[in-house]
Amino acid sequence: MTQSDITILGIESSCDETAAAVVVNGRTVLSNEISSQIDIHTLYGGVVPEIASRKHIERINQVIRKALSTAGKTLQDIDAIAVTYGPGLVGALLTGVSAAKAISFAADIPLIGVHHIEGHISANFIAAPELEPPFICLVVSGGHTHLVVVKDYGEYEILGRTMDDAAGEAFDKVARAIGLGYPGGPKIDRAAKEGNPDAIHFPRGKVGDSAYDFSFSGLKSAVLNYLNSEQMAGRQICTEDIAASFQQSVVDVLVGHAERAMEEFHYDRFALAGGVASNSALRSAMQKACEEHNVAFYCPPPILCTDNAAMIACAGYYEYIRGVRSGLDLNAVPNLPLGQ
Amino acid sequence: MKILAIEASGLVAGCALVTDGLLTGDYNIQFKKTHSQTLLPMVDELRRLTDLDLKTLDAIALTKGPGSFTGLRIGAATAKGMGLALEIPLIPVPTVDSLAFNLFGTDALVCPLMDARRQQVYTGIYEEETEHTCLRGQCAVPVREIIEDLNGRGRKVIFLGDGAPVYRKVIEEEMRVPYQFAPAHLSRQRAASCAVLAARMYEQTGEACLVSADDFRPEYLRQSQAERERAEKERREAAENTDPAAAENGAGTEKA
Repeated sequence: MTQSDITILGIESSCDETAAAVVVNGRTVLSNEISSQIDIHTLYGGVVPEIASRKHIERINQVIRKALSTAGKTLQDIDAIAVTYGPGLVGALLTGVSAAKAISFAADIPLIGVHHIEGHISANFIAAPELEPPFICLVVSGGHTHLVVVKDYGEYEILGRTMDDAAGEAFDKVARAIGLGYPGGPKIDRAAKEGNPDAIHFPRGKVGDSAYDFSFSGLKSAVLNYLNSEQMAGRQICTEDIAASFQQSVVDVLVGHAERAMEEFHYDRFALAGGVASNSALRSAMQKACEEHNVAFYCPPPILCTDNAAMIACAGYYEYIRGVRSGLDLNAVPNLPLGQ
Repeated sequence: MKILAIEASGLVAGCALVTDGLLTGDYNIQFKKTHSQTLLPMVDELRRLTDLDLKTLDAIALTKGPGSFTGLRIGAATAKGMGLALEIPLIPVPTVDSLAFNLFGTDALVCPLMDARRQQVYTGIYEEETEHTCLRGQCAVPVREIIEDLNGRGRKVIFLGDGAPVYRKVIEEEMRVPYQFAPAHLSRQRAASCAVLAARMYEQTGEACLVSADDFRPEYLRQSQAERERAEKERREAAENTDPAAAENGAGTEKA
């Protein structure tokens, strides 16, 4: 450690993980604590915002304390606190934002509000120390589907986004419909390994003339319609085949858009990010596409793909060195747009 | 003993500082901005204007609930964050007690009413003449239930809180004992009441009133909608499995 090292405490509470992390110079993770609420939300078949907010309040101090102690740091060692202030569930966000502001105020530490998607993108900087902008990044999670050009740290050009459901949301809804339950992503991934991806042809969603926007609600409806008609005809359904065919359709669309962007923009690096980046079929298809286009492929390990605070601390670091600071009136912004 | 109080349980955002029994500052705003935007800037202003060195604080008091779920959590996260950073405990004060304490000195019964939606109020019944005495602890009940309780006590009542105007008509129709409504300067949550009541609690009970910043969680007095619906569904299913006849009469099974 040198004197010029910048140590950031990251705090994340935008959905159903209460997380805190300590990261040095944006790239070296000293701790990455995540308290997941998934067991509770599984009882309800999805994230219940009020319950998520209540759990965040119960866990927030312990998670922050653990992140500091695992890193061997105290608040005196922290140069800035980075906190997710949007997008996400407003009640959930407010817990992290309020706690971060209070600590910033009481311990006199600068505060930086961080965009959740910037955090996901930044997870790649932690996983690959050599990675620098510019590159293309596909962010896919339960709440987001964005194809962006990362022009510089904190500078983004959005090529496309979902017009309806996020990719991860489609996974959750389809998993529920075919009886796999919550959370849909990992459950479909597992079931699909036993199924035939060509068994059923589901549509590959298109949005008008837009080359880069996404739509997954039509695909979800197609799966529901298929289930209905099979049921009406009294035929046995094969969960594994549906899972594999649905997943193939999602992967085809995501990879197709990514390839088009590689061909149009000629960046030599491509990164995946977000919870759905943990999907094994998506990872391998995207890796293959990158190899074919002679583009270097980056994808963080699952622990950095899921919602976590190390990625928030990383994004916060690059904001910090650009001089960005937030005030004590920082508010949660549930539909915060990227790049503002 | 230096206590900073935080109030965010309802429409009022507030903070107050009490130092050895002296109210050094009391700052309340009831405006449409969210507490997230107002509360901490207000605390900072209070700190600046009273030359407060945060390191000299002994505890953070706050209204622990009931109240607006989101408001309670903004207050809780703020108090917990400060408690963590300053390594000091919290003094959680029941919101309805803090409201009743606004009217300390009256010989009437004090009945705070907070609008809890779904035809209910967060309320309680208090004596404030010489001591802050709780006759009926804070609870979530239909407004008619608390009116019936008050009618049975046969004493004059003062109503206050944001539920008072909401249920004014019911009160006027159903109250059989003398009553009145508190004036505006006493009728809403005030950070000073929370601060002074917290200081009294500490004087009277010592460390028993302290809760660590890590362990504190708000008292909502109400489950989330999803939990409520799930519990009802489970109750129904359990009734159907054990007694098919009783299951047809939902109200009957609930009491049984």
